[in-house]
Amino acid sequence: MAKITYIEHDGTEHAIDVKNGLSVMEGAVKNNIPGIDADCGGACACATCHVYVDEAWRAKTGEKSAMEESMLDFAENVEDNSRLSCQIKVTDALDGLVVRMPESQH
Amino acid sequence: MSGQHVAILGAGHAGGTAAALLRQYGHEGPITLVGAEPIPPYQRPPLSKAWLKGEADADSLALKPLEFYAEHGIDFRPSTTATSINRGAKTVALSDGSNVDYDVLILATGARAIALPIPGADLAGVMFLRTAADAEQLKATVGPGKTLAVVGGGYIGLEVAASGRALGAEVVVLEREPRLLARVACETLSTFFKGYHEQRGVTFELGATAAAFEGRDGRVTGVRLADGRLIACDAVVVGVGAAPNDEIARDCGLETARGVVVDLEARTSDPAIFAIGDVAHRPMPIYGRMFRMESVPNALEQAKQAANAIVGRPAPAGEVPWQWSDQYDLKLQIAGYAFDVDEVLLRGDPASGKFAVFHLQGDKVQSVEAINAPPEFMMGKQLIGNRRAIDKARLADPTISMKEVAV
Repeated sequence: MAKITYIEHDGTEHAIDVKNGLSVMEGAVKNNIPGIDADCGGACACATCHVYVDEAWRAKTGEKSAMEESMLDFAENVEDNSRLSCQIKVTDALDGLVVRMPESQH
Repeated sequence: MSGQHVAILGAGHAGGTAAALLRQYGHEGPITLVGAEPIPPYQRPPLSKAWLKGEADADSLALKPLEFYAEHGIDFRPSTTATSINRGAKTVALSDGSNVDYDVLILATGARAIALPIPGADLAGVMFLRTAADAEQLKATVGPGKTLAVVGGGYIGLEVAASGRALGAEVVVLEREPRLLARVACETLSTFFKGYHEQRGVTFELGATAAAFEGRDGRVTGVRLADGRLIACDAVVVGVGAAPNDEIARDCGLETARGVVVDLEARTSDPAIFAIGDVAHRPMPIYGRMFRMESVPNALEQAKQAANAIVGRPAPAGEVPWQWSDQYDLKLQIAGYAFDVDEVLLRGDPASGKFAVFHLQGDKVQSVEAINAPPEFMMGKQLIGNRRAIDKARLADPTISMKEVAV
């Protein structure tokens, strides 16, 4: 279990307990948090679950796969700390994780 | 409008998403969500892919946990269908004998798998793949030592074939047309997929029409082809397309075409009734025409359109239609539709397992089919939406970045 804080583009914060094994995307979607669309449901096919990972957490959220890297390269408003949240698996080590949402996923 | 009662008929990806979005957007009135299946809304795409291979479970397929609906004041009615709509009285009659009043109605009744009108279609072991229950039945039937016959070489058929092989079954695909994916993809893709599946042990019978299913003791044992041959099998999946569940809309006099006709707010000819997802016949401004789509992104886009209109928010920006398919280690991503195309351009080498096919109208991209090629898909999708002209020579050269193909 990890407490994850999702911050909407307008600054609204949602702190949610997310079960291990789910993805950071699923934690948001199953709790109806706005700002992560996840059109493909986690197939790494759409880049509509884009988040910015807080600097302190970049190492713990792991490396991007080639597919994720490639999808992000062509998404909008991408920064160094951009990730596709469907590709980050939740573990105890992510307790306290903070992610921010872009203005739009489309 | 926030106190209004919104009734949603159909609890698939479209209906379930509309209910959740209405709450997300601050709708305060009651919401009733009526679903034919016994379980709350879930994702269908994994049924033919990860779920069939045992890589996803029921919880992970659910759009929201079951508790979500009660916690958010959504009256979810499983195993229930609507039988008629009385637009004058604004009530819907349900299969359990009850009636639901509405201020706003959303039709999200989806589509159903088309059955083959041939002898033996009711034999045990002749299946479809539309619902979680269908997938459960299929998973229990296929495995090592079994032969699965797939009728229909479309995306569902090919995904089932790939999953069947992963489960250790022998797989034969029967397709009426002379090539696979005949209605939905270009010839380059048909040829590529056929070869890729054959290398992984799938057998194809093209130009083969199923004339009857034969069986013993009520269970299917083979498919009889129109040319007289018998293809022996232990199970059949019929994947020959889907038809919209729009009868209830026709019966109450809503305008229909190949589905329920809606505008860009997903509103039908009755301003109090919306239609979203597979059942809707919708405008697609990029292509200057109306059509019906069967895809999750379409269901989500229309759920957004309807929910925004109902709560009085501005309409969301139009999206470029897209879809995806996973087979073996292949990721196919398609953006747009190949309408009004005058040139087909290949980028990359199919033999490398990584390429894209662009469908052009002049120097504009109408659609792209990308195999293991996310940059081509992502940039192609943007080019379809923004209508920027491309340089064909640069687009055809895979050593030039997709960021540099626009003029």
